[in-house]
Amino acid sequence: MAVQTQTLPKPLDLAPVFKEAALAGLLTLALTVGLVGIRTIEAPGGLSFDTRFDDVAWAVVIVFLGRFALALTRAGRPLPALIGSAAVAAALTFLLLIGEGDPHGVLPFDDPIVSWIVVICAVGLAIRAAVVLGSVEAGSSKAADREQVMDRIAAQFQYATRWFGPLFAAFAIALPFLPFGDRQMVDLATLVLTYIMLGWGLNIVVGLAGLLDLGYVAFYAMGAYSYAMFATEFGFSFWLCLPIAGMLAASLGALLGFPVLRLRGDYLAIVTLGFGEMIRIILTNWWWFTGGPNGIGSIPRPTFFGLPFDRTPEEGAQAFHTFFGLEYESIHRVVFLYYLILVLALITNFFTLRVRRLPVGRAWEALREDEIACRALGINPTNTKLTAFAIGAMFAGFAGSFFATRQGFVSPESFTFIESAIILAIVVLGGMGSQVGVVLAALLLIGLPEFFRELETYRMLAFGAGMVLIMIWRPRGLLAHRDPTITLHHGAAAKAHR
Amino acid sequence: MSEAIAMLPTDARPLLIVEHLTMRFGGLVAIDDVSFAAGDGEITAIIGPNGAGKTTVFNCLTGFYKPTVGRLTLNRPDGQFLLEQMEGFRIPQLAGVARTFQNIRLFPGMSVLENLIVAQHNKLMRASGFTFAGLLGLPVYRNAERKAVELARYWLDRVNLIEQADWEAGNLPYGGQRRLEIARAMCTEPVLLCLDEPAAGLNPRESAELNELLLSIKAEQKIGLLLIEHDMSVVMGISDHIVVLDYGRKIADGTPEEIRNDPTVIRAYLGEEEEEALPPEVAQDLENLTKSD
Repeated sequence: MAVQTQTLPKPLDLAPVFKEAALAGLLTLALTVGLVGIRTIEAPGGLSFDTRFDDVAWAVVIVFLGRFALALTRAGRPLPALIGSAAVAAALTFLLLIGEGDPHGVLPFDDPIVSWIVVICAVGLAIRAAVVLGSVEAGSSKAADREQVMDRIAAQFQYATRWFGPLFAAFAIALPFLPFGDRQMVDLATLVLTYIMLGWGLNIVVGLAGLLDLGYVAFYAMGAYSYAMFATEFGFSFWLCLPIAGMLAASLGALLGFPVLRLRGDYLAIVTLGFGEMIRIILTNWWWFTGGPNGIGSIPRPTFFGLPFDRTPEEGAQAFHTFFGLEYESIHRVVFLYYLILVLALITNFFTLRVRRLPVGRAWEALREDEIACRALGINPTNTKLTAFAIGAMFAGFAGSFFATRQGFVSPESFTFIESAIILAIVVLGGMGSQVGVVLAALLLIGLPEFFRELETYRMLAFGAGMVLIMIWRPRGLLAHRDPTITLHHGAAAKAHR
Repeated sequence: MSEAIAMLPTDARPLLIVEHLTMRFGGLVAIDDVSFAAGDGEITAIIGPNGAGKTTVFNCLTGFYKPTVGRLTLNRPDGQFLLEQMEGFRIPQLAGVARTFQNIRLFPGMSVLENLIVAQHNKLMRASGFTFAGLLGLPVYRNAERKAVELARYWLDRVNLIEQADWEAGNLPYGGQRRLEIARAMCTEPVLLCLDEPAAGLNPRESAELNELLLSIKAEQKIGLLLIEHDMSVVMGISDHIVVLDYGRKIADGTPEEIRNDPTVIRAYLGEEEEEALPPEVAQDLENLTKSD
């Protein structure tokens, strides 16, 4: 950017700008002419197709203009780009709001959402042009410092969690009693907390020990199925099943750990990916044991230390509401489940925070940094990796049994690769090893899409686009900042970061 | 074994005895029947032209390679360890052999202090009751950790990194990283410290400081040091005993005085006589070897 500041007085050469924009337009044409321009439709007597070449033309024009603005910004002329894109954005917004019932009045796209995406892109261009304009006027090279600035923000954020962490926890505890804490909200919070817990569990394996695990859902499934089976076959209570599920998942983790100990990086990722799929396929095909694709149903719901949340308890037994003399309300169970996962998630968090300061946690991080150096210091890499795998798996097992008791039904369909991918995305997006990053990422990836359920088809698109953008801007994750687990000069390290 | 002891040119107690060490990689013989001894409380240097097999000797000693043939005996006052039969990570853990690497291997994302605490892993692991006592926050572990920090502080002080204790190790300047790696190795409380080119990339002043550090470690800790080095000012300045390798064979073994005047060594560094243009590095070494002290 600093270079551009100096080139600003030079006359603008429009030819390369046009060339760049034309190339982008051509690329759009090549991509859309087949995918958008021709659509197969059902016609009497077979399939037919209709054409949507006006859509293609619009797409090409939009991409051409957008790229032109971008190239102009890069060429050191952000002002016209800013004015142009802002004008387009304003005009489109106005027209879209006016002609709400008739999106065809503005752009030819079938779905108004596509038009809105165009608006968002125009706004993005305008912001970018404004930022470049600002940095040109200030004469600073902003893009170069961005990473540093973001790092400082992450460090401050991390530091601030010391204060708002407990506040956040207090908010979470109070949530069901807050005015907006209705059933839907508490349900959503339960879902988010489940993923936070899974993220925290996987954070031990991926964030601390640096072992890329793409099959984490296998342990989640293990926990869910072991609770489902012990509860339905033997009538064990939730509180008895929980440690059993954790232990079984941990054993599975250790079992997986053994063959993959020698592997690193990509190879490890592939093996764990295969392992996760293997567990799912076993669950599907071992029908006489696991119920196959039908899964296991009518799993007992949790009880409040033996008090069920039933409207009409069995003869001679007491239910939660009769014991406490309350009116029966179905939300009691929802709130109880919410507190259950909150407690489980907080235990996971405290465990991780604590274990990071213990030799085993430091050994995990050291192993992530350099395995060979670890061996030269007498750290047993086998045991260290196995403990990371097993402990991470244990928390997935806990979360799995919670899942089973919440749903009352488990089937292999709940444990597909996409679950592993989402949990991993939470960890990576939040910033590897960052506890508060996981919370933020889970809110963004799980909570936010739930609010935009109406957008249905575009949810996954937005999800993917968001991930791509964050990986471009913050490849190490949103809050990738590591605080030392022990300091020599008290407070000095914290100050040095600011 | 008596044959190996006879090779020790000084009258120190042999700490490490290497007998008939051979390492083959497929058809390539990296080390060919090398025997030598390293004395306790002495600095033993292994020198030789590039590709002579020096680092391979280190990798065999520290368990990264299993030697094809040979016996590596570490004689501690409290017992004898056969290094070639031990699993890699047990060598530093039980036998007390610590090493540094030619291309520095720190934990770059962790703080300087943490690097030194990780080095005391096994001690702390026991004190934390294999994590269980540590999770409960028992005083046993807290005391052990305090002691570990004290040891780390001592070594940070020795290598002049006390101010940077809370920095990320990867942010240290190059010389600092070299010194930290030595401090980290010392935090494992070894009986034998193996240094793989500790002076590589250091400027003359840093190199002189390194000499002092190594000499003081030798004097105060009473441990054996094994050193691979190209910098002849370091080698000749501080070694008590030098082993020269060339093409995987030992060609000379003796005190610095003996090595300096050994015709085989000079020929190994000089090459055959008709070979005129020497690589600059070799010419430099040769010059140092013959002239300086």
